[in-house]
Amino acid sequence: MDLVALLAIQVVYAIASLALMSVGLAIIFGMMKVINLAHGEFLMLGGYAAIEANRFGLSIWVAMLIVAPIVVGAIGIIVERTVIRWLYGRMIDTMLATWGLSLFLVGLTTAIFGNTTVGLSAPLGSFEIGEYRTSTYTLFVIGVAIVVLGGVLAVLRFTKLGLIARGTMQNANMAAALGVNPNRVYSITFGVGAALTGLAGAVIAPVSGIFPTIGAAYVAKCFITVIGGGASIVMGTTAASTLFGAVNQIATYVTTPVFGEVALLAAAIVLIRALPQGITGRFFRGSL
Amino acid sequence: MSARALNGLGLALIAVVGLAVLVLVPWLFDLDVVLNVTVYMIMAVLALSLALVWGFGGILCFGQSAFFGLGAYTYAIAMVNIGESTAPLILAILVPAAFAALLGYFIFYGRISDVYLGVITLTVTLILFNSINSTAGPEFHIGSAKLGGFNGIPGIPSLNVPFFKDWQIDLEGMFYLSTASLILCYFGLRALLASRFGRTIVGIRENEQRAQLLGYDPRIYKLATFTIGAALAGYAGCLFANWGNFVSPTIFGLAQSAQIIIWVIVGGRGTLIGPIIGCVGIQWLTAALGANAPSGAAGWQALLGNVPLILGAILVAFVLLVPKGLVPTIGGLEALLIRPRAGASR
Amino acid sequence: MNIDRRQFLGTAAAVAGASALGGPTFAADPIKVGSLHDLSGGLDIYGKPMVDVFTFAIEEANAAGGLLGRPLQLINYDTQSSMQLYTQFAQQAALKDKVAVVHGGITSASREVIRPVLDKFKTLYFYNTQYEGGVCDRNQFDTGVTPAQTVEKLVPYAMKKWGKKVYVVAADYNYGQITSQWVKKYATENGGEILSIEYFPLDVTNFSSTISKIQAAKPDFVWSALVGGAHISFYRQWAAAGMNKSIPMASTTFGVGNEQIVLSPEEANGMLVCYNYFEGVKNPANTAFLEKFHKRFGADYPNVTELAMGTYQGFNLWAEGVKKAESIDRLKVIEALETGISIDAPSGKVTIDPPTHHCILDVHIAEAKDRKFVLLEDFSQQKPTDTAAVCDLKKNPNDNQQYVIKF
Repeated sequence: MDLVALLAIQVVYAIASLALMSVGLAIIFGMMKVINLAHGEFLMLGGYAAIEANRFGLSIWVAMLIVAPIVVGAIGIIVERTVIRWLYGRMIDTMLATWGLSLFLVGLTTAIFGNTTVGLSAPLGSFEIGEYRTSTYTLFVIGVAIVVLGGVLAVLRFTKLGLIARGTMQNANMAAALGVNPNRVYSITFGVGAALTGLAGAVIAPVSGIFPTIGAAYVAKCFITVIGGGASIVMGTTAASTLFGAVNQIATYVTTPVFGEVALLAAAIVLIRALPQGITGRFFRGSL
Repeated sequence: MSARALNGLGLALIAVVGLAVLVLVPWLFDLDVVLNVTVYMIMAVLALSLALVWGFGGILCFGQSAFFGLGAYTYAIAMVNIGESTAPLILAILVPAAFAALLGYFIFYGRISDVYLGVITLTVTLILFNSINSTAGPEFHIGSAKLGGFNGIPGIPSLNVPFFKDWQIDLEGMFYLSTASLILCYFGLRALLASRFGRTIVGIRENEQRAQLLGYDPRIYKLATFTIGAALAGYAGCLFANWGNFVSPTIFGLAQSAQIIIWVIVGGRGTLIGPIIGCVGIQWLTAALGANAPSGAAGWQALLGNVPLILGAILVAFVLLVPKGLVPTIGGLEALLIRPRAGASR
Repeated sequence: MNIDRRQFLGTAAAVAGASALGGPTFAADPIKVGSLHDLSGGLDIYGKPMVDVFTFAIEEANAAGGLLGRPLQLINYDTQSSMQLYTQFAQQAALKDKVAVVHGGITSASREVIRPVLDKFKTLYFYNTQYEGGVCDRNQFDTGVTPAQTVEKLVPYAMKKWGKKVYVVAADYNYGQITSQWVKKYATENGGEILSIEYFPLDVTNFSSTISKIQAAKPDFVWSALVGGAHISFYRQWAAAGMNKSIPMASTTFGVGNEQIVLSPEEANGMLVCYNYFEGVKNPANTAFLEKFHKRFGADYPNVTELAMGTYQGFNLWAEGVKKAESIDRLKVIEALETGISIDAPSGKVTIDPPTHHCILDVHIAEAKDRKFVLLEDFSQQKPTDTAAVCDLKKNPNDNQQYVIKF
């Protein structure tokens, strides 16, 4: 019984962390049709931003929840202004550019921080479920994921900014005619996507550790989640994460991490074959 | 000059360059250059396979490395078991082709297209990578070939002249074989694309609905293109397994998949010579940067040895400055120079 | 003498530099020494310290007058964690640069890729990484420790300290697979029991289900043969779940990638390890080495790792062989090394074991404490008995393979 409770927490955690890591990519891909292969590196930069801020004496919470998204969001805006903005409507070219960017960021991070970085340890200690112990930080990550996804949904749905963003993505010319500056909207959207990714990277860092090439471990999984989710940003990411995270974690527990990974990938194939437009292409249509 | 004459001139030029590489490289350079050129030629065959599938067939396949890797592993496993290379070579082409035919049936008859197709092929590649990567234990073997997991299979015997087990192909022989393969693949694909089949697949790429209304079934054409591409990639994989006498799971990895796409983008989609140039150029650049790594340097000098930093910056600059890829851009310049005169003479 | 412009400029600069420092001057061609290590990509955490120390070793040798009156030149290749580049660069080092020796290769995979290439092109090869043992090849020298030298010591030590039930977590490739078999062998021989062995591919970062499985199994201690940057997260998640307070851990891979620095003291303290070299080893050679090394690479240089020291010792063994052979000719150097050459290295005395081409050296058990290792017990002059059980290059000089040692 205790074990079941523990496993349930782990499954929810797997879902939450996958959703948290993917939502930034979902915004950038879903709204702008930019395939950001440097997504893993944005996560990595979030981790480094938090570590450095923490080393300068900021509390770990400020470093993770405030500094990391601001820093990575700023980097995102710089990237959008210098590289991505020239490539709208050329999905394939953004792929090459962001692949180059991903290599560049790995190189730059290695040059600045070296390969041996003192990481962050997970705060909050651990708690007991009967005979078992697990990390309290797990619950914190789940909480952050819920807040972030809820926040994105609320902004898109209820604020003027969300309305403008959705309008611009659907028809940039029409939005421009109505007095919106599409370039600015793109910039802000990309910046927000990057900031959320930075936040996710920082929040995950104490669990997974951080080093320059860690992005490669995440980018494919996030990408598959976003595509599997389909057109709706929040609903799609949540639905796909729930499916993939649960399949992965349960298969991992029952067999080995390799089969867990393979089960996730196989689930993705079956999903896309059954629902060629992603989950929200079929269900929850028109949701956000 | 008419377009047709220009085209003929281009083909002749490429044939001359190809033959020149074939004859002159071993004659002019040391063995190390010959060996490097060999692997570039092999990878260029791989680049050609994606140039066909994506550049002409319009199928964004993120998993060309799956077929490459399958070809390499099939050859390795069959060769270790059989010891004579005729059957392994044929299997290395057939197995990836059959796999692609199955996968393609699943994809095209499931009407999966666009970015979803990219994700499916990527996912299949990652499944292969994960599965092969976890076969390090002694219990994983096919016949007498141990799969070896992360370490892969080292010491694969080289190709021999078909049916003559003792006539192994030596290092220079591999160079001639690889270069000749590339030249033949290039002209073979040119012929294929000039045929009725080739024009049909380009027509489907341009407008699938129109092709369908005209009575073509896009699914079967796409499936055929996909399968031919996989067979080519498998052949390249077989050559690669021969070049280094090893295979390891990284040939299925994300980095390898992305690299093939980059060769095609850099060289230019919708051309065949472009991806060859892109492939050789990037391979050369990667090796050249790594070969001159400064050691123990500090400050900005250390940056010169930072391969990902430099390679990444070059790729980003490339997309911004040469957006169409090398060959179409150069082609555009050439057209600017030639067109006025061509117009005058008409 | 036929030298091209670049070589000439390089030599001239070296001469000018050397004379400016008042050091010896060189008239002859440099001896080229090849380095094949991953300086980028996922394995750079291991490669970077190795190349730093290698650079230092070459500079040190040059300051002392070079070898055979000739300066040494390091040809440094960054293999970028790619097997294809390992092959290409090994070919280039042997055929184009015509190096006298290649030092390098980190994973067993990369070693098995370049070993046949260097055999084929008759270039001497030193593999300086601790590994699973069993390579038998006259063209190659292996200066790292193997399981019979470390696992054999650490397993009984940990069992005596903590108890008999062991849970093994290992990297899923042949190092992890073979090492965990050794752990099993030594644990059973000492009356212990292996509860389970779990393997993880190198890119796994989520260990939560394993941690619950370990809790359910209740071992006396956990043995880790995890490798690489991603696997560091196991130790983090282990500590975050509060497990490091209740179940201790021993390892022969922890620390090789500077895990004790990356992790916080709360996460890493108490981990038992066993290696040939620690910065805390006490002898005059080590004190002198550390002083000079920190002068060159800065006082804040994180740590000289086991693999870095392996590279330093590998290079100096080779240099000793060259001096004895009075030549850089491959066969002459091999024969000189096969006389059983030893050096007084920072880790203590290191001797080539002629029949196996491995090394006889000191090993130490240590405990991680506050980002450093504290030495607990020393075992002097350990022989590579695992490889010796299957490999005798004196009897079979043409043997050329990696044996998987059967128990």
